[in-house]
Amino acid sequence: MTTNGTHHILTVLVENKFGVLARIAGLFSRRGYNIFSLAVSPTEDDKFSRMTIVVDGQSTPIEQVTKQLNKLIPVVKVTELTAPAAVERELMLVTVKATTEFRSHVTELAAIFEAKILDVGFESMTLMVAGLPDRLDAVTDLLTPFGIVELQRTGRIALPKLARTQPRLRAVKNKTA
Amino acid sequence: MQLTGAQALIKSLEMEDTEVIFGLPGGAILPVYDPLIDSSIRHILVRHEQGAGHMAEGYAHATGRPGVAMVTSGPAATNIVTPLCDAYMDSVPLVVITGQVAYSSIGTDAFQEADTTGITMPVTKHNWLVTDASEIPQVVREAFHVATTGRPGPVLIDLPKDVANQTMEWYWPDDVDLPGYKPTTKGHPKQIKEAARLMGRASRPVIYAGGGILKARAAEALRELAELTGIHVVTTLMARGAFPDDHALGLGMPGMHGNYTAIAALQQSDLLIALGSRFDDRVTSKPDTFAPDAKVIHVDIDPAELGKVRRPDVPIVGDCRIVIEELIKAVRADRDKREWADTSDWDTKLDGWQRDFPLRYTQEEDGPLKAQYCIERLRDLSPDDTIVASGVGQHQMFASQYWHFNYPYTWINSGGLGTMGFAVPAAIGAKVGKPERTVWAIDGDGCFQMTAQELVTASAERIPVKIAILNNAYLGMVRQWQELFYEERYSEVYLSPDLPDYVKWAEAMGCVAFRVDTPEDVTPTIEKANAIDDRPVVIDFRVDYREKVYPMVPAGGSNDDVILGPEFDQPEAIQ
Repeated sequence: MTTNGTHHILTVLVENKFGVLARIAGLFSRRGYNIFSLAVSPTEDDKFSRMTIVVDGQSTPIEQVTKQLNKLIPVVKVTELTAPAAVERELMLVTVKATTEFRSHVTELAAIFEAKILDVGFESMTLMVAGLPDRLDAVTDLLTPFGIVELQRTGRIALPKLARTQPRLRAVKNKTA
Repeated sequence: MQLTGAQALIKSLEMEDTEVIFGLPGGAILPVYDPLIDSSIRHILVRHEQGAGHMAEGYAHATGRPGVAMVTSGPAATNIVTPLCDAYMDSVPLVVITGQVAYSSIGTDAFQEADTTGITMPVTKHNWLVTDASEIPQVVREAFHVATTGRPGPVLIDLPKDVANQTMEWYWPDDVDLPGYKPTTKGHPKQIKEAARLMGRASRPVIYAGGGILKARAAEALRELAELTGIHVVTTLMARGAFPDDHALGLGMPGMHGNYTAIAALQQSDLLIALGSRFDDRVTSKPDTFAPDAKVIHVDIDPAELGKVRRPDVPIVGDCRIVIEELIKAVRADRDKREWADTSDWDTKLDGWQRDFPLRYTQEEDGPLKAQYCIERLRDLSPDDTIVASGVGQHQMFASQYWHFNYPYTWINSGGLGTMGFAVPAAIGAKVGKPERTVWAIDGDGCFQMTAQELVTASAERIPVKIAILNNAYLGMVRQWQELFYEERYSEVYLSPDLPDYVKWAEAMGCVAFRVDTPEDVTPTIEKANAIDDRPVVIDFRVDYREKVYPMVPAGGSNDDVILGPEFDQPEAIQ
């Protein structure tokens, strides 16, 4: 599950209505598009939800996907985010074997990657890591030798990067009372 | 005013000026059939729910107004899936209402429960499951809006029985609430200007007109554009009638069974002006060998069509009528500025092809009856503005080739989905919408057997449609492919000419029926049929089963390799 330069992130603002996820999933399957990851979440306005869909641009015609998504009535807006223009994060929960002998090694790794220890058992522990997908891949690779019991990732969520240029100052007209 | 959900539904349909509903009642939709008795809306009781859907389609094709069908839950809803899919492929505005089991029982596998919104999601433009009676006016208003605006299409409203029985306070919404639905109708002025500029520079331009012209009510605008520029027009299977076949600039139908000139004109063009067409595989054959030298101007109201198959040089999203009207202005302005390219060599070439490679068949006086001859006689003996509906197969291609479509909305067929059995119910729907017009269904024997029972509906409701069965005793198009591409190994294509006995069957359904075996009987029988206008008529034409549809572009081949058929010396590939 390595991230890939051809991945495109689509953030899709949808009406928060019955069956919207089925409509989007159905569109992808019947047109033969692949979803790499999908995250659905409420937004600041409870009339709408936001879906963050990651698709592979090499196997999927992004322009068609965007246009077809726009044709769905409950889809309000589709924004394509390329990696440089987006801030993106993903969350991972991973249960890894950690017998007393190796426990300190695992906690050390957790510290390096700023992972949180959520749960500790006799022979294993559950970590939470947030970050860029690459970083989650790296943690996964490093934990593999200990023995990964279970792993779950949320899929990416992303927002557009904000403008850094200062807005030009405008002369304020004199308000005379 | 307090109304039940069922009453609110009927009142909402009245508010949308619904004139007729094609339907069949059943358990879950029972509450809605009660207030229907007191409504001004005409209801036509079909014999199978598929018939209701295709009738609504025929009505919509002929009138331009949305067709409305209403059926019950479960099997009735699944029976209407085919018409929904058909309407989705051909962009036909339909509003289908299905009953549903009580909302409280959904998900329990109740009697006649089916996940109708789930099943129809991929074949509708949108669908709604109503969960509260107060939603009904809003949903109906939105349903009609979605079905008829933008790229038209079918929508479905699924109404649970308990919701139909709830009471609600009546209101009629001022507006729709669809934040995600705002079709673009006006083309981008800069792109339109660029389109006009390209048109002025092209020396081999062709207008490739599709069904979108008819949907946009743009036939007049198209004619004005063609006459202004002198550019020839091909009309796809979905656009037959959008430009007059008898017009000097009309080239007829391109595609797999198009005429040579229309196919070659697209293929050799240096500029395709695609108006409401979608580069369907039946037109392009192999997309990467299609019109290799052509630049493309593509006008469509659906942005997803632009670049789906062929990347346009000038993409224009918009309503065909509005865009063409703007384009006409842009052309005039461009012409004032510069000299347009000379197209006289191209015009001469097109004339030459039309002269050398017309559609051709041979009807011998005492030989077997040819399907093409029957169609030509039907054409010449019926009024000019006759509406023709067809099924799918050889008879459909012959009808599209040999009828002269000179008026828009006179050709009704299942183009995208290719639904056998479409003709009879579609013709009935068209006749309901246009009772003053002659409506002929040109059908095949295979197709006829799929939906013939709707002639019972036609007789009972006094809808005098006319059906010409071109009976060749075979699934003719499949037979043609087996003959040409499977070494004449005929597998499961024989139907028999007289099982069923079509005349007796038609008479049993309340129709007048005739049988025609010989060429000399064709004219007098058609004259008799045309003279009847108080009940449906069926003619069983016994036609030659060996006749094949030509020209033909073999599937998977290139348009360059079109086969002209036995009537011609095969020319070199188009070049």
